[in-house]
Amino acid sequence: MPLELFLDLYSQPCRSVYIFAKRNNIKFDFKKISLFGGEQYAEEFGKINMIRKAPAMRDVDFCLAESIAIMTYLSEKFQTPDHWYPADIHKRARVNEYLSWQHTAIRLQGAKVFWLRLLIPKMLGEEVPKEKMAAALEDLDGSLKLIEEKFLEEKPFIAGDEISLADLVAIVEIMQPVGSGLNVFEGRPKLSAWRDRVRAAIGPELFDETHQIVLNAQEWVNTMDGSTVQAYKPKILRLFM
Amino acid sequence: MATRKAVEVYLDLLSQPCRAVQIFLRSTTIPHTVKPVALRRGENKTSEFTKLNPMQKVPVMVDNGFVLTESDAILKYLATNYDVPDHWYPRHPERRAKVNEYTAWHQTNTRPHAAKVFILEVLMPRMTGQPAEPTRVQKALVELSGTLDKLEDMFLKRQPFLCGDDISLADLLAVCEIMQPLGGGRDILQDRPKLLSWKSRVQSALKDSFDEGHAVLYRLRDRSKAKL
Repeated sequence: MPLELFLDLYSQPCRSVYIFAKRNNIKFDFKKISLFGGEQYAEEFGKINMIRKAPAMRDVDFCLAESIAIMTYLSEKFQTPDHWYPADIHKRARVNEYLSWQHTAIRLQGAKVFWLRLLIPKMLGEEVPKEKMAAALEDLDGSLKLIEEKFLEEKPFIAGDEISLADLVAIVEIMQPVGSGLNVFEGRPKLSAWRDRVRAAIGPELFDETHQIVLNAQEWVNTMDGSTVQAYKPKILRLFM
Repeated sequence: MATRKAVEVYLDLLSQPCRAVQIFLRSTTIPHTVKPVALRRGENKTSEFTKLNPMQKVPVMVDNGFVLTESDAILKYLATNYDVPDHWYPRHPERRAKVNEYTAWHQTNTRPHAAKVFILEVLMPRMTGQPAEPTRVQKALVELSGTLDKLEDMFLKRQPFLCGDDISLADLLAVCEIMQPLGGGRDILQDRPKLLSWKSRVQSALKDSFDEGHAVLYRLRDRSKAKL
C-alpha cells in the first residue's frame, strides 16, 4: 500500500508537504481533504489523525500529523538529499530553530493578514477594523524583517548554501498573504532574491502549480460556497480579530 | 586540541521553555553553565544580550561559539550531541516522528494557552497595577481546558507518556507549560486525574531536577497564595 498524504492545497503546511514529496519523487496517494468543507471533522478522518488537522500522513499503519514531523519522517525514510534536513548537527539545529520560531511568528501573521484582508470581509461578510488591520500588517512586517536579518543574514538560504525544510516552510507561509493581494516582496530585494532562489531550487513549475490556488484566492473567494465556513465564524473571529 | 568548554545556557527560570532546558541538563547531567537573565529586570534588553540574541528572548544556548535559540531546537541539539538515554529523542524514525509531532503541536496549543492564564493573572497585573480581568481570564481558562482535553483524549489516550511508554522531550516541554499557572496560585490539574497521574510519572522520571527547576515558580506561587 502506498504512502497516503491527506492534503488541502489551500493550506500552507499542506503545500510544503506536497512540494517536498513531489520534489523528491516520493510516490504517494493524494487524498484530497477540504478544510473549508469541514472534512477534518469527519469520523473516518479522526481515525487517521486524532489531531484532526491537515496535512496528515498514513504510512501503512503509521499515522502522523504536523507538516514538520511528516517531512522530517519522509526525509529519513526516503533518504532524501542531505540538504533538506542536514545530518550535520549545527546545520540541523539552524533548521530546527527556524521551524520552531515560525509557528507563532510568520505562520500566524501571514495567515492572519490573509484572513483579515480577504476571507473575513469577503467570505464571512464581516468588516475588519482599521486598527486591527494595521497591527496585523505591522506584525507581519516585523517577522519578515527577522527572516531577512536573523535567519537569512548574508546566506543564500536559511541553513547555508542550500535549500532546506526551513526555506520550504518559510516560503509557503510568506506566499499566503500574497494571495490576498499584498505583495510582501515589494521593497524587499533581499527577500525577493531569496524567493527566486527557493523557487529555482524547488523547480519553478512545481512551485507555481502548487501556489496556483492561493494566488487565485481573490477570484475564488467570490464564487466559493462559504456556508460551512460560516459555522466556524465565531472561532475564526476569536482567533484573528 | 583546545578543551571543549561546557555548554552555556542563558535562562530565566520563570520562563517555561527555560525550565525545560535547565531540567533536561540537570536530569541528564550534561555539564553546563547557567547564565541567569532576569526578564522582569529587563536583562534581556541590554545591548550585550541583544548582540547575543537580537530577538531578546530566552533561552539561548552557546556551545563553544555556536549560538542557538528556541528551546525546541536547543533540546533536540543537546539530546543529539550528548550521550543521553534514547527515550528523550528516540532514534527510531516512527518514535522520533511522534515526538516531533507533539513538539510542533505544542507551540500553538499547550504553550500559548497555558501561558495566557499566567500572563493575565500574574504578569499583566504586575505590569499595570490593575487586577486581572475576570472575563478575559475565564475565556483563557476555557481555551486551556480545551487543550487539556486534547492532551488527555489524544496524546495520553492509550499510553503513559505523551509519545509512548517512556518520557521524552515532549513531556518535558508540556509539563513546564502546565506548571506555569501555579505561579498565580492556580492548579489547573485539580479535577483531572488522568493528567495528574501523567504529571506524577513525569515528576518521578525527572527526580530532583523537577522541583529544583520549579523552585522559583513555587516561591511565586506561595507569594500569590499569601495574597489571595
